[in-house]
Amino acid sequence: MSPRLLRADADPVGRHDTPLTVTVNGEPLAGVAGQTVAGVLLASGRRSWRAGPSGAPRGVFCGIGVCFDCLVTVNGERDVRACRRRAADGDVVTTQSREPGDAR
Amino acid sequence: MTARTRRHVAVVGAGPAGLAAAAAALRAGARVTLVDAAERPGGQYHRMLPEQYRAARPERLHHGWAAFDRLRRHVLGHPRCAWWAESSVWSLERPGPGDETAPRVHVVRGPADGAGRERLVLDPDALVLAPGAHDRVLPFPGWDLPGVFTAGAAQALAKGERVVIGDRVVVAGAGPFLLPVAASLLEAGSTVLEVLEANPAATVLRGWGRRPWELASQAGKAGELAEYTALLARHRVPYRTGRAVIEARGDGRVEEVVTARLRADWSVVSGTERIVAVDAVCVGHGFTPQLELPLAAGCALREGFVQVDGDQRTTAPAVLAAGEITGIAGAPAARVEGLVAGWAAGGGDAAAPEARAARRRRDRARAFAARLAAAHPIGDGWPGWLRPETVVCRCEETTYGALCRAADAPASAAARAVKLGTRAGLGPCQARICGPSVAELLARRSPPPDLAAGGHRPATPHHRPVAQPIRLGELARPPKENL
Ligand SMILES: Cc1cc2nc3c(=O)[nH]c(=O)nc-3n(C[C@H](O)[C@H](O)[C@H](O)COP(=O)(O)OP(=O)(O)OC[C@H]3O[C@@H](n4cnc5c(N)ncnc54)[C@H](O)[C@@H]3O)c2cc1C
Ligand code: FES
Repeated sequence: MSPRLLRADADPVGRHDTPLTVTVNGEPLAGVAGQTVAGVLLASGRRSWRAGPSGAPRGVFCGIGVCFDCLVTVNGERDVRACRRRAADGDVVTTQSREPGDAR
Repeated sequence: MTARTRRHVAVVGAGPAGLAAAAAALRAGARVTLVDAAERPGGQYHRMLPEQYRAARPERLHHGWAAFDRLRRHVLGHPRCAWWAESSVWSLERPGPGDETAPRVHVVRGPADGAGRERLVLDPDALVLAPGAHDRVLPFPGWDLPGVFTAGAAQALAKGERVVIGDRVVVAGAGPFLLPVAASLLEAGSTVLEVLEANPAATVLRGWGRRPWELASQAGKAGELAEYTALLARHRVPYRTGRAVIEARGDGRVEEVVTARLRADWSVVSGTERIVAVDAVCVGHGFTPQLELPLAAGCALREGFVQVDGDQRTTAPAVLAAGEITGIAGAPAARVEGLVAGWAAGGGDAAAPEARAARRRRDRARAFAARLAAAHPIGDGWPGWLRPETVVCRCEETTYGALCRAADAPASAAARAVKLGTRAGLGPCQARICGPSVAELLARRSPPPDLAAGGHRPATPHHRPVAQPIRLGELARPPKENL
């Protein structure tokens, strides 16, 4: 299996989810309001979405905004930490790779 | 007194330490601005579910929820407290030499890493820093594969947004934090195959078993740990000491890990390797304090943590520190340190009975921290897990082999030259992840004279002029001042 979001009806914390949709490289993905962009990506079964300098796949590592492994482009803004940014309905997410001249 | 003439305390971080500091400063009569990058207070320990989940029973995921809930409502609703959520402190500006005022606090407010965030500036009378810590993870072959998470990431995802990282998970590393992580994964319905503590049982027991009266004073923490242990037993999850994940393997994602028995110094006992099929693994070897803000404020360090006096004052004028940046001791300790710091920052009377009581509790908490460190040290033998092609700096993909070659070449052996030559630590994370490991590896290859005798090199100070990313467009905009 892969990473997933606990089903709301099976979650002992008693959630009342509001669905949202983002697109990732043009493909629509269903998420829940309050999830981070990384949470939406992981829950869709993706473990990696960024490429390191050699092209090696990267996804979430630290989960709290420290490692910068999870960077994505959101609505045209590059280098957004997916684990820190809340997903908003309609967000246009594109994946990115490390490019020469990127923020060091 | 009007709001403007009252003493103004800025608190950075609304975790256990910062929230307690805000409460104590308010009690001392000050006006408080509480700043946190997250949307909700609680920090790592009381990481709250997003408001949008509209959870009916959030307390299910927390210890000490009732007290936390009371405290946060009290602080955030206090007429003298301004709560700044989604606000990152990206820089601290020191006053000129001889000037004893607190540094200026530069903040950006808005969605994480957004382009159009608002810039704000605070000029408080006193500044309390409580930014916490992040996981330390030692490198090992395959640790850069997707599906390898820090223990904190697994915890933050499960507790903070109900995402489970996998269904066959190994939790490994060192320290008591592995237990709540395993517990959260189990609670969320994942299968935890085993929890591996790298230190041998003898070291762990010696650390925990010595001076039992100290443990009694941290009863909350001990009770919590006993609960996790019982949960693990109920789910038949083995807790193995003296064993570690020494390699992760897979094609584009982790599919299996190699575990092995370790000696007390964490060198591998060959022939004890086992292969375990997993879909995720989480690893943590203790915590690294987030030192960029204290260093920007000019605070001196002691043994890798912010140096504080009996009132939690740092060596920088009008700057106090509390929580994990002053030593890794867990949430109860962070809370009492926050109380002491907030009271002093707010101008409270040091001789007041409650201040004395808080300082005594803080001293006991520190003793507990020392014991934790003794029970779960990092062994010297971990570089033995590395191979020449193992990535050490994840950002720049600098390998162990490249680091060794640079360190051994006489022309480039100086730490700075190794960095420039190999780019280790110069990527987007600015060495937050690999910094301590690279420093340790280099110190071993070419020990400076004072360390040649086998002493430990303290983690390299993380001087980062920009503590949190800010975009050029935001920088160009004039900030709002004097709030
Ligand atoms: C990912 C993670 C999960 C953890 N989970 C647990 C757990 O479940 N149980 C447990 O016992 N221990 C846990 N810990 C250990 C934890 O560090 C302590 O128990 C406790 O939370 C420390 O309290 P603190 O107040 O010092 O720091 P924290 O709780 O870390 O709080 C620090 C706060 O400062 C904020 N901050 C940091 N830098 C800035 C900045 N530049 N600008 C604005 N705000 C900033 C952060 O957003 C955070 O809210 C966890 C640690 C990590 C790293
Ligand atoms: S996973 Fe580390 S910064 Fe997002």
